[in-house]
Amino acid sequence: MAYLALDTSTEYLSLAVTTPGGIVARHWHVGQRHAERTLPELEALLADTGIARAALQGIAYGMGPGSFTGLRIGCGIAQGLAFGLGLKVVGVSTLAALAAGCDAPRVYACLDARMNQVYAAAFERSGNSWREAGPAVVCDPQDAPQPDGDSWVGVGSGFAAHGDALAARLGGCLSETLPERFPQAGDLLRLALPLFERGEALPPEDAPLVYLRDKVALKTSERLKP
Amino acid sequence: MLVLGIESSCDETGVALYHSERGLLAHRLHSQIAMHTEYGGVVPELASRDHIRRVLPLTESCLAEAGATLDELDAIAFTQGPGLAGALLVGASVANALGFALQKPVIGVHHLEGHLLSPLLAEPRPAFPFVALLVSGGHTQLMAVRGIGEYELLGETVDDAAGEAFDKSAKLLGLGYPGGPALSKLADQGDAKRFKLPRPMLHSGDLDFSFSGLKTAVLNLVQQQSPLDDTTRADICAAFQEAIVEVLTKKCLAALKQTGMQRLVIAGGVGANRQLRAGLDDAAARRRYQVFYPPLALCTDNGAMIAYAGAMRLKHARHDYSYGAKPRWPLDSLPVA
Repeated sequence: MAYLALDTSTEYLSLAVTTPGGIVARHWHVGQRHAERTLPELEALLADTGIARAALQGIAYGMGPGSFTGLRIGCGIAQGLAFGLGLKVVGVSTLAALAAGCDAPRVYACLDARMNQVYAAAFERSGNSWREAGPAVVCDPQDAPQPDGDSWVGVGSGFAAHGDALAARLGGCLSETLPERFPQAGDLLRLALPLFERGEALPPEDAPLVYLRDKVALKTSERLKP
Repeated sequence: MLVLGIESSCDETGVALYHSERGLLAHRLHSQIAMHTEYGGVVPELASRDHIRRVLPLTESCLAEAGATLDELDAIAFTQGPGLAGALLVGASVANALGFALQKPVIGVHHLEGHLLSPLLAEPRPAFPFVALLVSGGHTQLMAVRGIGEYELLGETVDDAAGEAFDKSAKLLGLGYPGGPALSKLADQGDAKRFKLPRPMLHSGDLDFSFSGLKTAVLNLVQQQSPLDDTTRADICAAFQEAIVEVLTKKCLAALKQTGMQRLVIAGGVGANRQLRAGLDDAAARRRYQVFYPPLALCTDNGAMIAYAGAMRLKHARHDYSYGAKPRWPLDSLPVA
């Protein structure tokens, strides 16, 4: 019996599956080719780990924030797999997955949101779980929420795209930055497993997505305002 | 063979089950028109966000109506293009993952082939070969159809699609968005002879169309007659509809003459227009050709036509579950089925 996780929220594809020997995770830099690569790579991962489709018990996926189209490819695949196999799904925050991938007690997770903005949230470790120190936001890098205290590890593509602006805004709070990190399915799966165990997984038709950027167009009435 | 069809190329989510012997078993549609109305047009990102919430509930509803289970599916068809890339990828992702889970083959269907073949879901069915007029908010094309995958483009619009001209003119007339159907309804009460609108490219000698000039003529007329009273508005609608129907009808007749074919098939959203149907039926009676329409419910985008086209292309089904959207995809590049 096994659980599966996938993340397609960035230019990486990341897959992970639980096996008797622990979590097996793989990732690839695929650019925008998630649709072409995800299912064939999943087929290979299942074959290599000897896991039959019928042995899957639940599907976790990166629910955002991230690339809108990438998120929907991952969510759509999670929905199709879960619906076809009669399973439930767990959506995991990509920022939380970024944090969980860090061996540090305080993590400032930040992804490039394009349009000169970032997605950001701060997380504090307490035992084996993580607490969100504030709600995840989409904002200009110079307005990124400032966490309390110091010794925060900055992680994610936000620091690659807007390093200077974030350093100016958060400099005193940060102990180091890891701009090359991306959300990984192995970390995502570790965060999802307790939710599956507690029966908090959802039917695939209710699979949530968190875009954060919800204002994507102006209504006619808004365009007409001077 | 039982095929599930999923359509998500624009602003309608459609799912259907088609059986090659038993016919169409179920189809479900969710239109996003109300959601996009406030924006004055389709917002692609919002369309995609809605599709992903609709595909599975519509699929469950189809399976329940047909009394079928997922295990009974022989293949899963999805609209691969043309259309909005992000919207296409929603249906494509769910379809491919479902195929992967069930270990059933998956077929990427050309949206316009779906429309083109949709009259084959009605009785009586047209036999090949036929001339097809694909006329919707996104397309206006005349095709010679000799078989599945044997499509020759005879002519198409050089600017706006006919349905787009309906919607844009409706907007100029203050009928909201998408106002095409409201324009047609109002046209029924108007006097088509009061104003004379141009018939663009009616005598161009080819089978191409142009509708952007007609829209400009409506704009000029609206400005000239402003402020519009209800009678004038209805009269402009009637003049506009008469112009567009005359152009479409005459080009269809020219296409039949040019190809020597005896059957005409109308597909796409504008194919539901009553005056167009009346004009074509009238011409058919006089010129002795047959005209075929899809069932009214299948004139808009829908899953039934995708399931049907998928069933016609089972031999092109794939098992590798590597997919992609094809936002631009010429119909005449399809292989023969």
